[in-house]
Amino acid sequence: MSIFILCIPLFMFLFLGLAGMKLSHKLAGFLGCLGMGACLTLCYITSFTYFFGGDFINEAGERIQSILWNATWLQFTEHLTIRLGFLLDPISAMMLIVIPTISFMVHVYSLGYMEGEKGFQRYYAFLSLFSFSMLGLVVATNIFQMYIFWELVGASSYLLIGFFYKLPSAVSASKKAFIVTRFADLGFLIGILILSYYTKTFNFIDMTSNPEGVFGSFEGATFMGASVLTWALVLIFMGGMGKSAMLPLHIWLPDAMEGPTPVSALIHAATMVVAGVYLVARLFPLYLLEEASLMIITVVGCLTAFYAAVVACTQIDIKRVLAFSTISQIAFMITSLGVARPEIHEGLGFMASMFHLFTHAMFKALLFLGAGALIHAVHSNNYTAMGGLRKYMPVTHITFLIGCLAIAGIWPFAGFFSKDEILSAAYGNHWFWGMWLSMVAGLTAFYMFRLYYMIFWWKDPDFGHHTPHDPPVAMKLPLIFLAAVSCVAGFIPFGHLVTWNREPYTIHIDPVVAATSLVIAILAILLATYMYRKENPLPDKLADKFHGLWTAAHRRFYWDEIYLWITHKVIFNSICKPIAWFDRHIIDGTMDGFAKVTQWASCSIRGLQSGNVQTYVWIYLMGALLLATVTWLCLL
Amino acid sequence: MIFSNILIYFVVIPLVMLGGLFLCRSMNQIRTVAVIGSTALLALSIYLMFDFLHLRAAGADDIMLYQGSWMWFEPLNIHLAVGVDGISVAMILLSAIIVFAGTFASWKITPLPKDFFLWLILLSTGVFGFFISIDLFTMFMFYEVALIPMYLLIGLWGTGRKEYSAMKLTLMLMGGSAFLLLGILGIYYHSAPEGGQLTMNLLEISANDAIDHNWQYFLFPITFVGFGVLGAMFPFHTWSPDGHASAPTAVSMLHAGVLMKLGGYGCFRVAIYLMPFAANELSWIFLILTGISVVYGAFSACVQTDLKYINAYSSVSHCGLVLFAILMLNNTAMTGAVMQMLSHGLMTALFFALIGMIYGRTHTRDIRQMGGLMKIMPFLAVCYVIAGMASLGLPGLSGFVAEMTIFVGSFQNSDVFHRTFTIVACSSIVITAVYILRVVGKLLFGPVQDEHHLQLTDATWWERFSTITLIVCVAGIGCFPNWIAGLLHDSFVPIIEVLTK
Repeated sequence: MSIFILCIPLFMFLFLGLAGMKLSHKLAGFLGCLGMGACLTLCYITSFTYFFGGDFINEAGERIQSILWNATWLQFTEHLTIRLGFLLDPISAMMLIVIPTISFMVHVYSLGYMEGEKGFQRYYAFLSLFSFSMLGLVVATNIFQMYIFWELVGASSYLLIGFFYKLPSAVSASKKAFIVTRFADLGFLIGILILSYYTKTFNFIDMTSNPEGVFGSFEGATFMGASVLTWALVLIFMGGMGKSAMLPLHIWLPDAMEGPTPVSALIHAATMVVAGVYLVARLFPLYLLEEASLMIITVVGCLTAFYAAVVACTQIDIKRVLAFSTISQIAFMITSLGVARPEIHEGLGFMASMFHLFTHAMFKALLFLGAGALIHAVHSNNYTAMGGLRKYMPVTHITFLIGCLAIAGIWPFAGFFSKDEILSAAYGNHWFWGMWLSMVAGLTAFYMFRLYYMIFWWKDPDFGHHTPHDPPVAMKLPLIFLAAVSCVAGFIPFGHLVTWNREPYTIHIDPVVAATSLVIAILAILLATYMYRKENPLPDKLADKFHGLWTAAHRRFYWDEIYLWITHKVIFNSICKPIAWFDRHIIDGTMDGFAKVTQWASCSIRGLQSGNVQTYVWIYLMGALLLATVTWLCLL
Repeated sequence: MIFSNILIYFVVIPLVMLGGLFLCRSMNQIRTVAVIGSTALLALSIYLMFDFLHLRAAGADDIMLYQGSWMWFEPLNIHLAVGVDGISVAMILLSAIIVFAGTFASWKITPLPKDFFLWLILLSTGVFGFFISIDLFTMFMFYEVALIPMYLLIGLWGTGRKEYSAMKLTLMLMGGSAFLLLGILGIYYHSAPEGGQLTMNLLEISANDAIDHNWQYFLFPITFVGFGVLGAMFPFHTWSPDGHASAPTAVSMLHAGVLMKLGGYGCFRVAIYLMPFAANELSWIFLILTGISVVYGAFSACVQTDLKYINAYSSVSHCGLVLFAILMLNNTAMTGAVMQMLSHGLMTALFFALIGMIYGRTHTRDIRQMGGLMKIMPFLAVCYVIAGMASLGLPGLSGFVAEMTIFVGSFQNSDVFHRTFTIVACSSIVITAVYILRVVGKLLFGPVQDEHHLQLTDATWWERFSTITLIVCVAGIGCFPNWIAGLLHDSFVPIIEVLTK
């Protein structure tokens, strides 16, 4: 049965891609939703059977890792074979809930959002392709299968970002997304090559069930002062940094907002961008072997979380605010994995990271879909065109507010629970990480409520007779559903389901940490309320006062400019162009030079073959005379 | 009896086609002959493949199957000797597919359609002859038969600076042949132990193992360079951009798709198989050159503005990877090399077919003058995107499996030198993405650049047929690679054996 989880979306992609143009928009959309609905049902059955069926727990009370099927796809060497299979374990079972849920919501939502767009069928085909690839990624039984689907999600993300292919901005954004993640994937690929060379396997279970064996197979091999295992793990993490938009490879994600908003919700908020987190979680027992690699993960995560939160405070485009907020939240998950140790609260960080992945997917998809409804209503991405919308769009308003409360970490919404555990894990590792993340959590609450007030309060704009209104039912239902999930998801006993060693674990909320983070969040919200509830000059004054800082943050601390400089000035002008010139003028010039020399030589001796008999006789006589003279001189 | 050998028909059918073409009077007759002939070749090669797999499964473990040998010139012991292993079967299949697709791509060739097809068929005779031969002399002869028609095909039916390009291409490849001839003669005179019968037969030479090591030092580089010129090895690749840019569509397809593979095929069949000692000793030199090819071609492609130049440089990079993988001298990498040959052959043929079709409509190949073709000719544009995705190694299409096999294979060589170059070669996946997406973005997406283009039409049925054939093959290899890997896998065992002896 589990094979249909992958086959249905793949079939929908092929069918809608090849025959879609012959179908009406309605039929194509209906078929797309139907296919995803079927897939969703199968995923839920599989996942619930895994968690609650009882067949997947061994005597020791651990949840087992079960490979449902595994087919040889390509054999490289005796040991190294790429198989395509289906691995069921706590994290993949959890992803089997997250991905189809969000994907189905987006399918339904898009019926309303994309209504009447040209290429509607193509859009649904690409959505199906993405769902297929993402599901294939999470159920991968070996690291190469993951890489295959990793590339496929990248490609479907490329196709969906560039969906409005007539817009140059969408085209360049899709190109940027693909190339940046491709660069990161180079690291991933080399990491795989190193890891598989030493461990002689691609299989996750072989690697993670026997970490000491993996460690032993490296036998103290070092490169440039670090162990080769560290190199492999860090390079693999580099792939994750690209997909999950960690500093400094984050630059593609804000631009990726050029794609249709439901796509941003699905790919660039809830599912694909957490692939990096998933990858680290998948190989977590190996990361535990090398303290250095976890340290790097923690530092990258912390820096990114802070950076993205600061930038999010200054963006005007609501989708960009959400994009940076996504980067920051994913960094929370990454950091949480980085600080997780088996001995610290029995590996709480791992569980917290997965929990946050789950809840974040729900409320961030909700926020993005809400943003889609707003953009749909006012036809602009900027909040300057919004304000006072609470009266016009009550459903959007309430659901968006729930999303904001959830991400800010207010009890009893989902974000409170997951974020609280991340903070506990961080404090458990070192107070510094905990303080740092608490501060970022405060910033999160601040910028989210800044956004909320700017959209729904701030001013009472005059929309004339073009009054914005709530979206159609197809868009409303997903909003309501996701809002409901965001309210209750926090009460899921996650510790019983997903833990690093797959043993059930009881979560105890640390009251001190919980109280602090709640207080910080409420203070931040109050500050945002004070600054942004009613139209007032304070924000502008502050921006003027800290002009340099504000501009820098608004321009995202110039990362894009740095990259542009590197790609255009350094790579394009100083490598590509000189090489092309060298090829045309030096290499090819040499080849042409041979031809020229030959031509010159033949031209210059051509005169000797004049066909003039007198010349021939003259040369003959002269030659004979010369010979005679020489002979005579020699004989002398 | 010579005609009881199936392999001979790969030469006989094109020759019969040539005869048929001489008798043709109208365009329709020409097309009929060309289509029947190329279909027959395709059918025969598919049959050959299944029969080959069947024989192997039944336990035939000769190095070459369907062997046959007929004396041709007794004083020098030259035979018409034929035989195939998995690699040759794969190459024959590739050639047949591309000849088939090329026939449809040149449905409306003008002027002189008859002469065009005559030369094209003669060229394919040479190609098939080369892949079935196991006698060095006949191999070399067919090699030349495949090269010479190129001059006329480009010079007469080409575009742009066609005389210059035709001359350049022919002279450079002839230069390579000169090296090759020298190499082959050298091999011949050392092919048997003192006093034995000299031979041109590949298998016998290898079995004799009589070429002494000093001579190998001399002969290996000569033969490798000789074939390497055709495989577009740096720094002997400059015929490729000019030649491809001027060649007509079907010729570009055949040339990049099949002819460049002759180089790679020759490199391991002759240079490495017959001179394993020197191959082990000297491979590092060529590894550097081909490693440079891989990134150098890719970087050069990034700044070109002519579609065909972009593709020609991309071919330099991809074919560089073929030779690179061959020089890794292990089974996995070499299997990857042949997969890359197949993949590159199909994919580049697809690219050149599409470029030809686009050029036939817009009359320009400059990407700065085009844009938004997705809106005007969606079919061709979608095919171009698929070809691009295959080129940058998207899983599910052929490029990915070939590249990954090469990288995994190369990485099995554990010294720092090989590792470094493997990583350098890996980095080409990023650069490839850059130039492919640059072209796709400029050419197909964005606003329409030239308003005159709005009147253009999408692909005709024969164009669709040609491109779909190639796409199906590209996706077929990409989705079911183990099947092709199985065909190739055992074929490298004898080569690896002589290398490790």
